[in-house]
Amino acid sequence: MSQISRIEPIDFSTKAHYLTKAFRSPFYSRQEPLNHLKEWGRWADYLSPGAYTCSAMEYFACRNTCTVFDLTPMTKYHISGKDALPYLNRLVTRDVSKIKTGRVGYCVWCADDGQVIDDGTIFHLEDNDYRLCSQERHLDWLLTNTVGFDVLVTEETHELAALALQGPTSCATLRKMGLDGIEEMKLFDIKYYSLDDTQLMISRTGFTGDLGYELWVDAADAETLWDRLFEAGKLHGIQPMGDEALQMLRIEAGFIQAGHDFMPAHATVRTGHTRSPFELGLSWLVDFKKPVFNGRRALLEEQKHGHRYNLVKLDIDGNKPAHDSFVYTKNNKLVGTVTSAMWSPSAKASIALASVEVPHGKTGEELLVEIYYQKELKWSRVMARARVVSEVFFNPPRKRQTPPADF
Amino acid sequence: MTNINNHTVIIGGGHNGLVCAAYLAKAGKQVTVLEAAEQVGGAAITREFAPGFKVSAGAHLLFMLDKNVRKELSLDTAGLSFSQQNMKTTALAGDGNHLVITGDSLQGANVSDSDRKAMKEYRRFMNRFAGIINRLNNRIPPRLVTRERSDWVSLAKMALNVRLLGKHDMREFLRISGINIYDVLQENFDNPLLKGALSLDGVLGTNLGPRSNNSVFCALHRLSGLQGMAMPRGGMGAVSNALANVARQQGATIRTSATVSSILMDGDHVSGVELADGEQIAATTVISSADPKTTFLKLLGARNLEAGFVRKIQNIRMQGNVAKLHLALDGAPEFNGLNQNQLGDRILIAPDIEYVERAFDQSKYGQYSVKPVAEISIPSVHDDSLAPPGKHVLSAVVQYAPYQLQAGWSAEKAAFTDQVVDLLASYAPGIHSRIIHKELLTPVDIEHEFRITGGHWHHGELALDQFLMLRPAPHSAQYASPVRGLFLCGAGSHPGGGVMGSAGRNAAHAILGAKDIEDEHS
Repeated sequence: MSQISRIEPIDFSTKAHYLTKAFRSPFYSRQEPLNHLKEWGRWADYLSPGAYTCSAMEYFACRNTCTVFDLTPMTKYHISGKDALPYLNRLVTRDVSKIKTGRVGYCVWCADDGQVIDDGTIFHLEDNDYRLCSQERHLDWLLTNTVGFDVLVTEETHELAALALQGPTSCATLRKMGLDGIEEMKLFDIKYYSLDDTQLMISRTGFTGDLGYELWVDAADAETLWDRLFEAGKLHGIQPMGDEALQMLRIEAGFIQAGHDFMPAHATVRTGHTRSPFELGLSWLVDFKKPVFNGRRALLEEQKHGHRYNLVKLDIDGNKPAHDSFVYTKNNKLVGTVTSAMWSPSAKASIALASVEVPHGKTGEELLVEIYYQKELKWSRVMARARVVSEVFFNPPRKRQTPPADF
Repeated sequence: MTNINNHTVIIGGGHNGLVCAAYLAKAGKQVTVLEAAEQVGGAAITREFAPGFKVSAGAHLLFMLDKNVRKELSLDTAGLSFSQQNMKTTALAGDGNHLVITGDSLQGANVSDSDRKAMKEYRRFMNRFAGIINRLNNRIPPRLVTRERSDWVSLAKMALNVRLLGKHDMREFLRISGINIYDVLQENFDNPLLKGALSLDGVLGTNLGPRSNNSVFCALHRLSGLQGMAMPRGGMGAVSNALANVARQQGATIRTSATVSSILMDGDHVSGVELADGEQIAATTVISSADPKTTFLKLLGARNLEAGFVRKIQNIRMQGNVAKLHLALDGAPEFNGLNQNQLGDRILIAPDIEYVERAFDQSKYGQYSVKPVAEISIPSVHDDSLAPPGKHVLSAVVQYAPYQLQAGWSAEKAAFTDQVVDLLASYAPGIHSRIIHKELLTPVDIEHEFRITGGHWHHGELALDQFLMLRPAPHSAQYASPVRGLFLCGAGSHPGGGVMGSAGRNAAHAILGAKDIEDEHS
């Protein structure tokens, strides 16, 4: 059985990282003048704006018109070769054969102990040809997984530029850009267009729970894409958006994030601080019909002996965001913590994702959330009542609607 | 076709595979042993290497055979007898003033009175500590992260055994068991030849030098059979043949020249094995006595395992650093200063401990030792079945000879063989003219002949981090594996290599579901 695995050498001399101590996105020349706050966050060693002007305005732009978020720092791995499918099927918990060519699937992958390493998306580009995208870096783990498989794993984070165009006017913007047939794309579809002489890949995917697309080009064509997009979106309210607004959007959409709602298993030192897919509400991604996948044995055991935690959505009384709060039962028994929280402008509610101990967290259960807040440096505390809800806080029909309405 | 509903296949008819087969067959299981070679025994065989000359081609001395195995399987009535027991050790000196070690007493080599005294104490505590290892050998290793009460009981017994050594010896056991034998011998002895000879206890068969950590542990492991050195009559193959006889008597089927090429799966359960000729044999239980890398990576395939486990198996240290020399001799060799009687002893070439360490040094960088160390036996002195009348067989374990030789073994084997023979000639002048035939097995040859990855005859380095519940790797250390229906019973499992049979016995008990198999006899 032949085994191929290699790491594509990255030419760091072109990145000037030794001067900046960080990578600049291929969109940097366009982001920099728009970044009025002149503040940069970091994402996987890339400079990434937290907000360009005002995170609240960017949030509303996404819910009402459309916004552009630079996805380039997301780690992107190209997985190809005769065994690409069996390789991925052993890597992730779900059945990858159900992701047809030209489709994208959400997935989660575990260590042998059944604890989640990360979640991400698998793009089925061609036969035996996939892309895996995630927040954390995983090259070592992906290469470890190649033993026994005829598969080539290549990191293409730096080579591939990507933008997320999200919001109700996103489809209209792309149509204006001349992308015929964009309205026919269903959620999780992939389609190819040309941008001048190069390829533009579009996927109807996103992290906002709204109508939206992700646009993928060679890093060399990044600026052309940005310019075309903003030109086309001029009358559709297009705005650049930073990470702070994205956080609000994804919590409303009920999407979990590594480092916020769970600790990636490979970055966790203390036992018991990680979570299984079951404990993150992702049991629908675990397919025991597959005879082998990383974590299968441990997850079968967990199914037998029971889970430790439930990840729940909370609808909390009042308007105070429940950041980092403890969660109690009505009898004041401590049962968990909030992992992500916000005041949701769209739901007009204080909402949160929380990890609570089993058996708590059943839909409809009443819990208490201990919220600390301050006004003009004066701290106060409130025990706010919270209800476990099953539906995500923002789930508009336009997210799935095909063709989307024209704005 | 065998009844597939309750059929156990054992891959490999080495001594552990045969022990496991015998116990399982005795318990009523329907067992088939599949051995790739033409005869059973694995690395515990006697085979002809020149017309009329037979030799123990792998292990050549017996000193670890599990007493429970010997007794419970009645090996003595199944054909096992000895041509020699409680053998003396003679360490060769360049000037012919050799050192003879008989138990804890020393003769020759101008050994001082203080060394004689130290030797009594050294043997006392080493045997006592080896007793701790002995008790570990005969049990299924407990799991450390566990819900099972039996695991906790087992862990507690292990701790109690150590505590029962008493304050002084417990402290000494904990102090030395993880360190190197060089330091321990320097602390205790002055005589260079004595230190050289004793250091071999810590390094023979391993990829260690006297100054490597774990060499004290290896010495204790080697002593943990709690018996003297012996030679089975007819060579080491006699042990395997006796085991095969017992297994057959109990109803096991043993097939030779049956090379398993892969382990078959049905969903997440083993369903049998496939042979090199394409024949498929269905089984509900498959037990492998092959080494863990062969079992998991070659026969089962990494893709049938979870990736973290694959990484652990890949990381098992198992590179052989030992060669085996066989000489067919026209007559008895004449060693300077050795009489004919002493030719039957275990003979060592390890003139001092620095010599041994230097021999090891070269192997670290991919070169064979220019001046190797050797453990020599001339079994034909006491056993006339091995060579024609008046002629002799010499068998030597020679190190160091690294598996990954920089220049490659095909290029260097002849030169190394000549060098080893020249070394012998420096103690036994005239041996050259007596040689009718010579054969040297490098680690690459050992890998090929005995089907052991890396040619490491212990199926994985013996070390504290590759012992007990860590051997061969967590999640397969209780003889089970991550795959349902697949078990291990070879030297790659606890308690490791050496002709012991304990791994095979423990595995059989684990498979039969016994909670605690600590024997009543010991």
